Amino acid sequence: MNKPMRRVAVFCGVLILALLVRVNYVQFVQADELQSHEDNRRVRIERYANPRGDIIVDGQPITGSEETNDDDFTYKRTWVDGEMWAPVTGYSSQAFGTTQLEYVNDSILTGDDDRMFFNNTIDMITGKDQRGGDVITTLNGDAQLAAFEGLGDRKGAVVALDPRRGAILALASTPSYDPSSFAGYADSDAEAWTALEGHEDKPMLNRALRETYPPGSTFKVLTAAAALEHGEIDNVDDPTEYEDPYILPDTQDVPLTNQVPGVCEEATVRDAMRYSCNSVFAGLSNDVGNEGMIETAEAFGFNEEHFVPVRADASVYPEDNRPQNAMAGIGQASNRATPLQMAMVAAAIANNGSLMEPYMVDQLVTPNLNVIEQHDPSELNEAVSADTARQVQETMETVVEENSGIDRSQISDDIRIGGKTGTAQRGENNSEPPYAWFISYAITDEGSPVAVAVVIEDGGVDRNEISGSGLAAPIAMDVMAAVLADEQN
Amino acid sequence: MSSSSNNTTVSTGGLPSRRNTELLMLVFAVVIPVFAYANVGLAKEESLPAGMLGYGLGLGLLAGIAHLVVRRWAPYADPLMLPIATLLNGLGLVLIWRLDQEPKITTPSLGGALAPGQLMWSTTGIALFIGVLVFLKDHRLLQRYTYISMVVALLLLVSPIFVGQEVNGARIWVQIPGVGSLQPGEFAKIIIAVFFAGYLMVKRDALALASRRVMGIYLPRGRDLGPILVIWAISLMILIFETDLGTSLLFFGIFVVMLYVATERTSWIIFGLLLSASGAVFVASVNSHVGERVNNWLNPLDRVNDGVTETAQAMFSFGSGGLFGSGLGQGYSRLIGGIAAKSDYILATVGEELGLAGLMAIIMLYALLIERGMRTALAARDPFGKLLAIGLAGVFAIQVFVVAGGVTGLIPLTGMTMPFLAQGGSSVIANWALIALLLRISDTARRPAPAPAPSLDAEQTQVVRP
Repeated sequence: MNKPMRRVAVFCGVLILALLVRVNYVQFVQADELQSHEDNRRVRIERYANPRGDIIVDGQPITGSEETNDDDFTYKRTWVDGEMWAPVTGYSSQAFGTTQLEYVNDSILTGDDDRMFFNNTIDMITGKDQRGGDVITTLNGDAQLAAFEGLGDRKGAVVALDPRRGAILALASTPSYDPSSFAGYADSDAEAWTALEGHEDKPMLNRALRETYPPGSTFKVLTAAAALEHGEIDNVDDPTEYEDPYILPDTQDVPLTNQVPGVCEEATVRDAMRYSCNSVFAGLSNDVGNEGMIETAEAFGFNEEHFVPVRADASVYPEDNRPQNAMAGIGQASNRATPLQMAMVAAAIANNGSLMEPYMVDQLVTPNLNVIEQHDPSELNEAVSADTARQVQETMETVVEENSGIDRSQISDDIRIGGKTGTAQRGENNSEPPYAWFISYAITDEGSPVAVAVVIEDGGVDRNEISGSGLAAPIAMDVMAAVLADEQN
Repeated sequence: MSSSSNNTTVSTGGLPSRRNTELLMLVFAVVIPVFAYANVGLAKEESLPAGMLGYGLGLGLLAGIAHLVVRRWAPYADPLMLPIATLLNGLGLVLIWRLDQEPKITTPSLGGALAPGQLMWSTTGIALFIGVLVFLKDHRLLQRYTYISMVVALLLLVSPIFVGQEVNGARIWVQIPGVGSLQPGEFAKIIIAVFFAGYLMVKRDALALASRRVMGIYLPRGRDLGPILVIWAISLMILIFETDLGTSLLFFGIFVVMLYVATERTSWIIFGLLLSASGAVFVASVNSHVGERVNNWLNPLDRVNDGVTETAQAMFSFGSGGLFGSGLGQGYSRLIGGIAAKSDYILATVGEELGLAGLMAIIMLYALLIERGMRTALAARDPFGKLLAIGLAGVFAIQVFVVAGGVTGLIPLTGMTMPFLAQGGSSVIANWALIALLLRISDTARRPAPAPAPSLDAEQTQVVRP
């Protein structure tokens, strides 16, 4: 019986060998795939095992971490003034993942970034838990507060930039949400999440970066710049030859009327800007032509996504037929822009034609404050010539000076303020309440420290009272005043 | 292990008993789990666990008594089996105690902390081990109970159908009031080996020789084929009514192995494999529980009802362990959830916390134990002992393969416990008895032949020199 027994023994040996091969395969070959599998809860346990790094504004964290009683997830993300900062930070939820800055800089915040390897090794040797790094933003807390409180209960967004650097100073979007309400994974978090997801006002939409609106009359700033750049006009004080009403080209005599009667006929660009003459700017857009308009719009950043480092939707100035192109010149038709984009337009004009790349993360630092990454401001484009920029500045400053509806009393008279209102029509035959826009900038002796774009979707007031100057301009003035006050200190 | 000049355990006479070797290794077998215990305590609470001294002393005492009994009643027994079994049992206790520290899988509904119970069952197991060695002077006595064991084994196997309860889709438990639940299959596997050994020793010539040669293989006669078909039918029945894939595989596999060894005919193996394959395919396609397991095996990471399966959780445990593991007490095998983490899936904890290195070491311990069993079979001098030893070692080998293979995803998962390591009273008691039987056979095999009686004739023809 020994011969078959030896064979059985060999067979058992083969079984053991098969087991050994299998465990080697699973624990060595497949290990990485299994470790990082999305269903592997360990990934999330690890993620919340240590407090996350913070997002910093004005040297103060606007985020935090709190220890929980949970067995698995030791720490939970918290936010200071979550509703106000949500468009900046995004959320970091144990159940629903991360977005925006929390997502873009996740590896820094968790401390898993390769560039933090050295720190982590030191921590490991000295017996400390892994710590997350911090994200230092360019935002200005006072400006953000002014923007957020200015928007109040209304739907809208505000973006403020430092035109000299491209730094984002304020980024507000309302209605907003408190990311703390679903930071965990309990039933209450799921309820809060579902409620926000299903809400008709889309509170989790970042209107400042991810929503495009018809820019309305604020786009006339760009049209004026395009006309100057393409030599359609030489001076903003020369009269133009456009009639009132303006007949859209290639149409069966479709007239384009003006808001203010009797001032737009052959008006100068300065006056056209002041009275927001549709006829003049539609005519200029038509004369510059679709190609030329696209060229200038793209010089200001249209038709591409911007990463600040959170992705901002592309604003669109499309290829169009002549009547559409004429309409696009006054910010209607298929022309759409994000609030960020319109802030960039104002910023480029204020910065004498130089468009700086917008950004909101200044530094990434390790827990012991070693700088891992430092943003160097860089020029995105020479949007228009300095001469063009200066002429457009003049027209915008006329708008602020001559419009009795715009109150600039809280800003010192030494400071030049330029702006442009907009009331973008929408809906079939202008059936829905229009969007109220205002873009503006301030210029001091040391250049322009701030440019702002404000959009309000629905003012909650009678539609005849909706206007850029009445609803949006006060918010922009508050934001600029906040930035200027900080600038002087 | 025998002397360096002799690499078999076949005794040629003055073979050393190796009891001191066993004692030395037992010391390691006790010290290693004690260290593991300390390791868990330090990892979980950052202090030495309070029960460490008691635990160490308890395990040491059990091992010591077992050793003394072996020394007295089976002095020539194999020196490796007791230390390996002790080490596996000790590590199993530590692992269960470690999992007891996880509140989520130690709720009252899951039976609370299971390590104390397991320690009690281990003690009972070692008591049974001692009882077998003390009262079973010669394994050949078991031959007398061939047919009784058959009846007992069959009763044990079918009992869950009538008095059992279904747990986790398998009907393999029997509730005994006041004692707890029992897994009769664990005991049946030993008794069935006794029955096969006795039956085949008597019938092996008939089975081996009376056969016709058809197409190059020896086809057994119908009446010899009969018992195989009966066994096949019974194992299928177990599978269908108890949905216990593991036990039927074990039951059938061991019958084929013992038949093959007894008859030395390959044709029996071919028959066995054909029958088991067709049975398995039939059941897998009819029975949803088995079909589900096959599906889990083929797609281990798939979600079921939008949830992560136990199979996937076990795979994640293995994957997260990597080469060296997270360290005892620092893994997350509790995510497997339920009682399974402490029983069927205990290898996942080994894989996660001791890593590939630790898991391979554990598998090698089993391999070594199986190898010692096989050697005992080769060394045994009587056919009943040979068959019984190969049967017991085979049962052990198949069980280890089926469980470890199932948990690591090599084969579909079946509901059986990892011998000694996993939580389960029946399992640990039965396996201690199994080791005792193997030790008894190896003691007989290695015992020096009695010195030949002095021959009077030789004395008389001696040339007396002046």
